Amino acid sequence: MTRRQRRFSLIGAALGVLALAIGLVLSALKESIVFFNSPTELVEKHIKPGTRMRIGGLVKEGSISRGEGLAVHFEVTDGTRSVPVGYQGLLPDLFREGQGVVVEGALDSDGIFRADHVLAKHDERYMPKAVADALKKQGHWKDDYERKLGAAPARRAE
Amino acid sequence: MIAEFGHYALVLAFALALVQASVPLAGARKNDPVLMAVAGPTALAQFCFIAFAFAALIICYVRSDFSVLNVFENSHSAKPLVYKLTGVWGNHEGSMLLWVFILSIFGALVALFGANLPARLKANVLAVQSSIAAAFLLFILITSNPFLRIPEAPFEGRDLNPVLQDPGLAIHPPLLYVGYVGLSISFSFAIAALIDERIDAAWARWVRPWTLLAWIFLTLGIAMGSYWAYYTLGWGGWWFWDPVENASLVPWLAATALLHSALVMEKRDALKVWTILLALLTFSFSLIGTFLVRSGVLTSVHAFANDPTRGVFILGILALFIGGSLALFALRAPMLKQGGLFAPVSREGALVLNNLFLVSACATVFIGTVYPLALEALTGDKISVGAPFFNATFAPLFIPLLVVVPFGPLLAWKRGDLLGVAQRLVGAAAVAVIAVAVVFAMEGGGPILVPFAIGLALYVMAGALTEIVERTGLLRVPLATAFARAEGLPRSAWGAAFAHFGLGITLLGVIGETQWSLERIAELRPGQSISIRRYDLQFDGMATRQGPNYRDLAAHFTVRRHGDFVGVMEPAKRNFPSRATATTQTALMTRGVSQLYLSLGDANPDGSLAVRLYYKPLVLLIWFGALVMAIGGVLSLSDRRLRVGAPKPARSKAALSPAE
Repeated sequence: MTRRQRRFSLIGAALGVLALAIGLVLSALKESIVFFNSPTELVEKHIKPGTRMRIGGLVKEGSISRGEGLAVHFEVTDGTRSVPVGYQGLLPDLFREGQGVVVEGALDSDGIFRADHVLAKHDERYMPKAVADALKKQGHWKDDYERKLGAAPARRAE
Repeated sequence: MIAEFGHYALVLAFALALVQASVPLAGARKNDPVLMAVAGPTALAQFCFIAFAFAALIICYVRSDFSVLNVFENSHSAKPLVYKLTGVWGNHEGSMLLWVFILSIFGALVALFGANLPARLKANVLAVQSSIAAAFLLFILITSNPFLRIPEAPFEGRDLNPVLQDPGLAIHPPLLYVGYVGLSISFSFAIAALIDERIDAAWARWVRPWTLLAWIFLTLGIAMGSYWAYYTLGWGGWWFWDPVENASLVPWLAATALLHSALVMEKRDALKVWTILLALLTFSFSLIGTFLVRSGVLTSVHAFANDPTRGVFILGILALFIGGSLALFALRAPMLKQGGLFAPVSREGALVLNNLFLVSACATVFIGTVYPLALEALTGDKISVGAPFFNATFAPLFIPLLVVVPFGPLLAWKRGDLLGVAQRLVGAAAVAVIAVAVVFAMEGGGPILVPFAIGLALYVMAGALTEIVERTGLLRVPLATAFARAEGLPRSAWGAAFAHFGLGITLLGVIGETQWSLERIAELRPGQSISIRRYDLQFDGMATRQGPNYRDLAAHFTVRRHGDFVGVMEPAKRNFPSRATATTQTALMTRGVSQLYLSLGDANPDGSLAVRLYYKPLVLLIWFGALVMAIGGVLSLSDRRLRVGAPKPARSKAALSPAE
C-alpha cells in the first residue's frame, strides 16, 4: 500500500465514524428531546394530547389528593394558570405543597397531565432552573433566601 | 485569626503562581538556567501555601467557627466530625480550594519527580501549570473566598445539605478532582511541547504516566459517584445522564483516547499532532466540566453556586486557556514533524480506530450536554436531553469499539495480520456465541438485543484473557513455563488485559441491571409482606432512632428466601431539624453480585407505608468492573515507573529478571 493509500484509508475511516456520529446525533435530537413548558405556555400553545414534555412550577396549595394505591393528583401552577397532574408511584422526599416541581409526561384527552416522572427541588437552596426562570418571568420569584436571612454579604473582619 | 492566615496564604500563593508562570518561561526563552530553575522551588512553595490555606479552612470547620461565613452556611456544631471535615469541600468555595490544592500537588510532584526532565521542558511545564493555578487562585480570591467573616458571629451554623452528609462525600469529590485536575499535567506538557516546537517519543513517555494516574482516579471517582447516587437517591438508578455526570464522563472518554494515542506515539513516534490536540482537548473538557458544575449554569443536584459573576469569571478562564491553547496549536502544529508510518491493519490502526470511536462518543455526550444550554441561550426554548438521546447516540458508537477492543493488543505494530488475529479470537467468539444461545434460551423471547449484548460483554472479557493466554502459551506449554512467562510479561500487558477485562465486567453489570431489574411498589401495613423474585420481605413495624444531628424513622423488614431467614433490611426516612429536610436512607442487601434495594415513600395517615423495592441483578459488576479497570491502570503505571523520565531504553538485564 502506498503512503497515499494509507492516508486515504485513515481519512476514510475518520470520515465514516464522523458521519455515523453526526447521523446518530441528528436523528436522536429529532426524536428524543423533551421540551419544557410552564403551565401558562401549556395552555396558550394548545399542545396536542400525547406530546411528551416537561412542565414546571409550584405544587398548588391544597391541591394534593391521594387516591387508591399510590395514585396522587395535584396541580402545578405558575401563578397564572394551573395544570392538573395525575401520577402513580412514590413521590420524591421534598415533594410538598407550595414547593417547586418538574413533571414529565403527556396530556391525556381529558386535559389531565399524566406524569411518569416527578422531580422535586432538592433542598431549599435548589429550584429547578426552568422553574425559577418561569416564576421570575411571571413575577412570582421570591428573593433568594441567602439575602433574606440578612447574612448580608459579610465583610471580612479587619 | 486562622481564617485570616489562610486567606493571606492564598494571596501569597497567588503571587508565587504569577512568578512561577512568568519567570521560568522567560528563562526557557533566553536559555537562562537560573531563571528556569525558579520553577521547581516556587512550585513547592506554592503547594505549601495552598496546603496551609486548606488546613486553615479545615481547622475553622473542626472548631465550628461560625464567624466564618462558609462554615456558618455549611456546618453545624452537632455534625459528626467526619462531615465537618468533608463539609470543607461540600460547598462551592471549599471545593474550589480543593481544586487548586490538588492542582498545586501535581505541580509539586512534577517539580519533585521531574529531575530527569530536560530543563527547558520542565520550566515550561511548570510555568503553564502555574498559570492555571494563578487563574483559579484569582477566581477564588475575587469571587469565592472561603475565608470571609461575618461581623457578628451566629451561635449555630446552618448545617451541610443533608443529601451530602454521607461517607460518599469523603471519597467521591477528592477522587474526581485528582482525576480532573491531574489531566492538567498532560495539558501543560502539550503546551510546553508546542512552545518549544519539540516533541518526540520521550515526550509521550513522560506524559503517559501522568495521564494514567489521572485516568485511574477519574475512573474511581466516576464509579464512586455513580454508586453514591445509586444508594442515596432512592430510585435505584446509577447513571442519569445528568449534565454534571456527563461533565466527568466526557474528560474520561477523552483521557482514555489520549492514553491509547500516547501509546502509539511512545512506541512508534506516530500520531504526534493528534496526541497533542487530544491532550489539549482532554483538559479543556475538564475545564468545561468545572465551568458547568461551578458556574451555576446548570442547576442540578450538584450545583451549589448561584452567582453569575462566578460563571463569567470561569468563562473567561475557559476562553483564555482553551482558546489560547488551540490558537497556539493551530500556529505551531504544522511545524511538528510527522513520524512513523503504519498499515491500516496494525496495532496503530486499531488504536486509531479506538480513538475515532472514543472521541466521537465523547463528542456526542458533549453535544447532548451543551446543546440544551446553547439552545436556551439562543432561542429561549427549554428542552431536556435525557437518557433516550444518549442511548441512541452513545451506544451505537460504543458497540463497534467493543468489537475492536480484543483485536488491538493481538495485532502487531506496523503491519498486522487480521486473519491470524481473528483465528486467535475464535475462542473468545465461541464464548460469546454460547452465551448468546444460553441467554436466548433462558429468556425465551424478550428483546433480541439482550443476548447479543451479554455475548459482546463476554467476548470482550474472553478477548482480554486471550492476549495473556497467547503470550504465556498457557494450554500449549507446561503450566510451570506458562507461569514463568506470565511473571516475565511486562506489567503494561497485564494492565491492558485487566482494563479491558474490567470494561467487559462493567458492561455485563450494565446490561444485567438495565434489562433484568425488577421493581415493586406497594403500600404495606405492619405484618404485610412484599415479594420479589424468590425473596419475601415482611414489614414488621417502624421505630425511631436518634442520630447526632438527625432523627431516623426506620422501618424494619425481615427478608426470607423460600421461607428461610436471610436477614433484615432497615430503610429509613432521616429528618434533619437544622434544615427542616428529610432524606431517604435506602437499605441494600447484597446477594452475590446482585442486590435487593429497598427505599421508603411516605407514611400514610392510616398507618400504611409506601415502599419501593428493587431486585438489581448483577448490579455490583458495574462498579466492580471500574475497579478492575483502575487496577489495570495501576499495573500499567507500575510498569512505567521503570522508565519514567528515561528517554532511552535504559533497563538493564538485571532489572528485567524478577528479584529472587
